Amino acid sequence: MSEQTKFVEIRHAQKSFGSLEVLKDISLNVERGQIVGIIGSSGSGKSTLLRAINDLSPLTGGEIWLEGVQVNKTLPHRQYETHINAMRQQVGMVFQHFNLFPHMTARENVTMAPKLLKGLSQADADKLAEEQLDKVGMLERIDYYPSQLSGGQKQRVAIARALAMKPKLMLFDEATSALDPELVEEVNLVMKKLAEEHMTMIIVTHEMDFAASVCDRVLFMDQGVVVEEGPPEVLFKNPTQTRTREFLRKHLEGAN
Amino acid sequence: MDLELMLKVYPFFLEAAWVTVLLSVLTAILGLTCGTLGAAARLSRFAYLRFLGAAYVSVFRGTPALIQLFILYFGGPQIGIQLDAFEAGVIGLGINAGAYMTETIRGAIIAVDRGQREAARTLGLSSWQATYKVILPQAARLMVRPLGVNLNMLIKATALVAAIAVVELTYTAQRYIGSTYKPFEMFLLAGILYMIIIYVTGRGVAWLDRKVQIT
Repeated sequence: MSEQTKFVEIRHAQKSFGSLEVLKDISLNVERGQIVGIIGSSGSGKSTLLRAINDLSPLTGGEIWLEGVQVNKTLPHRQYETHINAMRQQVGMVFQHFNLFPHMTARENVTMAPKLLKGLSQADADKLAEEQLDKVGMLERIDYYPSQLSGGQKQRVAIARALAMKPKLMLFDEATSALDPELVEEVNLVMKKLAEEHMTMIIVTHEMDFAASVCDRVLFMDQGVVVEEGPPEVLFKNPTQTRTREFLRKHLEGAN
Repeated sequence: MDLELMLKVYPFFLEAAWVTVLLSVLTAILGLTCGTLGAAARLSRFAYLRFLGAAYVSVFRGTPALIQLFILYFGGPQIGIQLDAFEAGVIGLGINAGAYMTETIRGAIIAVDRGQREAARTLGLSSWQATYKVILPQAARLMVRPLGVNLNMLIKATALVAAIAVVELTYTAQRYIGSTYKPFEMFLLAGILYMIIIYVTGRGVAWLDRKVQIT
């Protein structure tokens, strides 16, 4: 372990699909309680980087560390499985397409993992489900199936499901990209609430306004590298790199 | 058409139909078992199991079921496998149906959105936990109808065991033709009884399919 344990540390992350290099030597630290936004056009590697943090999309080079423990260790299969399952319980993830379990109600979606992995009793699990669903404003729909919910509601349940494992870190992979515009705000509000509670979050997003309003730091990625990073007021107002300026200009044009 | 004759022999055909039903049920159970194991092998993370699964499917789908039955029943004794005709029928057809069901079950499992497994794994579930809590309940819903098709084919394939003298519907029809010289009536009667079996089974599958759908 290093002199001082960092919360999330990405060291020289590298990933290739065949001859295509999608992540080129990325190093990054995230402190506890920090909210980091990652922006960039599609294909820039931002989702791949996010998915490498819980080893969902394993790196081909470099290391991911969470609180002094290496996430992407090379271990014999069984040992790796035990290790990664323990790591993943500490890292919540929210997907673009929600990935709610369609055969389970909102309550079951939220309680399945805590019951199975932490041995919660049904009573405790129910309490947990009510607590988490209340937090995202979905308590009234606790016994609804995903098919009976709108996109925004589904995503709020998906956030509650991730939070129910009491993660130390939350990863958001374009959580609002698949939503109708009028449903984006309700999800953003939930994420803002988490920000106020000082949840550590890494947020891959296409929404510059949202990134500007909640993130402590924003990274702009292009072609597998972090081109520029800084506090949102600097990165959005005074980007130093041409590529960043280009991207922001195009994006603002697209938005208007 | 000799209706009177048909009515006279009908009770014997009905008895034979029960043999066909029993054959079908046993074959379906064995087929499902082989299909489940075959699908598990084909989706295994071990290459040799994937190879075995694929070999099983291509051998048994790539040769006529009748030849498989003949090898088992007539060729079996030569290599020390002694089975009576009924046993050979169930085992031969069951293993054959299992090859088709392997592909059905595997298809349903891989048709479940891969985001489902990712979401489960992200929560910290093991591969097996993700499979039985998240993937299989959804795959089960997807496989009811195609397995119903497999079942339909399997019931009709039981007619093949007439060739190794199992006294089921088709064999019974042939036997009565020998004594009555009325192939039209006898095969028609057998056909009607097959159709009733298939119809009832089809309704059962449709009922099950409705029952397992999500809300």
